[in-house]
Amino acid sequence: MRVQSRFFIIPASLLIALVLQIMPLPLEADVYRPDWVLIVLAYWSMALPNRVNVGIAFITGLAMDVLLGTALGIHSFALSISVWVLVANYQRLRNYSVWQQAIVIGLLSALYHLVVFWLQHLLTDIYFLFDYLWPTFTSMLLWPWIFWLLRKSRRQFSVT
Amino acid sequence: MDTIFTRGPSINSRLALALALSVMLIVVDHKFDGFSSTRVYLNSLISPIQYIANLPSVMLSESAQRLTSHQQLLSENERLTNRLLMMSERLQRFEILQTENVQLRKLLDAPVKPEMRKMVAELMAVDNNPFSQQIVINKGAIDGVFPLQSVLDDRGIVGQVMEVGTTNSRVLLISDVTHAIPVRSVRNNIRFIASGSGSLDELILEHVPHSVDVKEDDLLLSSGLGQVFPEGYPVARVSSVVRDESLPFATVMAEPLARLDRLKYLLLIWPELVQEKPEEVLPPYKFLPQDTAQQEENGQ
Repeated sequence: MRVQSRFFIIPASLLIALVLQIMPLPLEADVYRPDWVLIVLAYWSMALPNRVNVGIAFITGLAMDVLLGTALGIHSFALSISVWVLVANYQRLRNYSVWQQAIVIGLLSALYHLVVFWLQHLLTDIYFLFDYLWPTFTSMLLWPWIFWLLRKSRRQFSVT
Repeated sequence: MDTIFTRGPSINSRLALALALSVMLIVVDHKFDGFSSTRVYLNSLISPIQYIANLPSVMLSESAQRLTSHQQLLSENERLTNRLLMMSERLQRFEILQTENVQLRKLLDAPVKPEMRKMVAELMAVDNNPFSQQIVINKGAIDGVFPLQSVLDDRGIVGQVMEVGTTNSRVLLISDVTHAIPVRSVRNNIRFIASGSGSLDELILEHVPHSVDVKEDDLLLSSGLGQVFPEGYPVARVSSVVRDESLPFATVMAEPLARLDRLKYLLLIWPELVQEKPEEVLPPYKFLPQDTAQQEENGQ
């Protein structure tokens, strides 16, 4: 049981994040939907950069592209860059306090949304609204709780 | 970079590989449309996630159904019965008009428009992608859905099918920025192109000269010129006309008739699937629509 859950905890958490990312919400709440997938990927890439890094981010991004109906490659591009930033600096980031990490996650989320916007802007003519950056704030607020939850599950199931 | 994890290529080359692959995918997918067949499989592969994500809302609506009071059901029943009565009265007039139209068309030697096959679909998911407006419906390739098929609701045109999965498919709404639909005004048959504006309650009529006779509250029907949408379905109503002479064209906005923000049941239509058989369309002057429909079904 324990041996199996060690291998399934990362894919399971990513799947749950994908579900939360596309779950239908009322229109008013939809603007504030945090970047579940980005946060979960961020945690794993900081905690276990040998298991979760750019490759996993790329595949998850492809899944998001299919789920969201964007051109294939847009979300995989943005997620790969964001995760690369984390993996390249994971030793420094691990030593930050959770709130400092939350700020980093916020910046990263802003980068992620801007990259997605720029790529979409190249393909279709859309205009930037500051509403697109609301998820940055909600992701920042969510990070400590997700961090705590995922660390607990990682220690409980001793995922390495 | 540290030296503890040195298995496989370095993190930088992984990033380079991922980015190169992504760019390649974007170009192939968007510019050359190279994944239209692969996307069917990808969509089917990923549809379990959509079903799971849809569960809470399904459960909520189901429990709401269970909890509706007797009184509410009664009042709704009464409302619907009234509406049915009104509709059937209109349908009776329509029946006469249709037979008359068929006969006139025969006189003119113009081809009679065939009946269309229809199917009711249900909304499964709305994309939370702020840059594009798409919905997912619960009918797919199994039910015969095909790309570019028209999707309606009870008031007007909603959009067209963009991608087909095995059991579900993705619909592009008429209000998406990449979407445009050819329409004509009912009042004077002037043709327009209504493009999406990116917000659910607004369409933009493109390249309308200042001199064109267009007014607020003009009803716009699909003109059928783009070979995508069938002719004659309501699309939008003109909401504002601003004739600013300093601009090359008048700024004309229209409001979609379909309630794009509260879709639930949708109608898929199959144009020209029923073969043309103008001789035996309907027995002339049968006034009761229910009777004729039933006779056609169990008659022969």
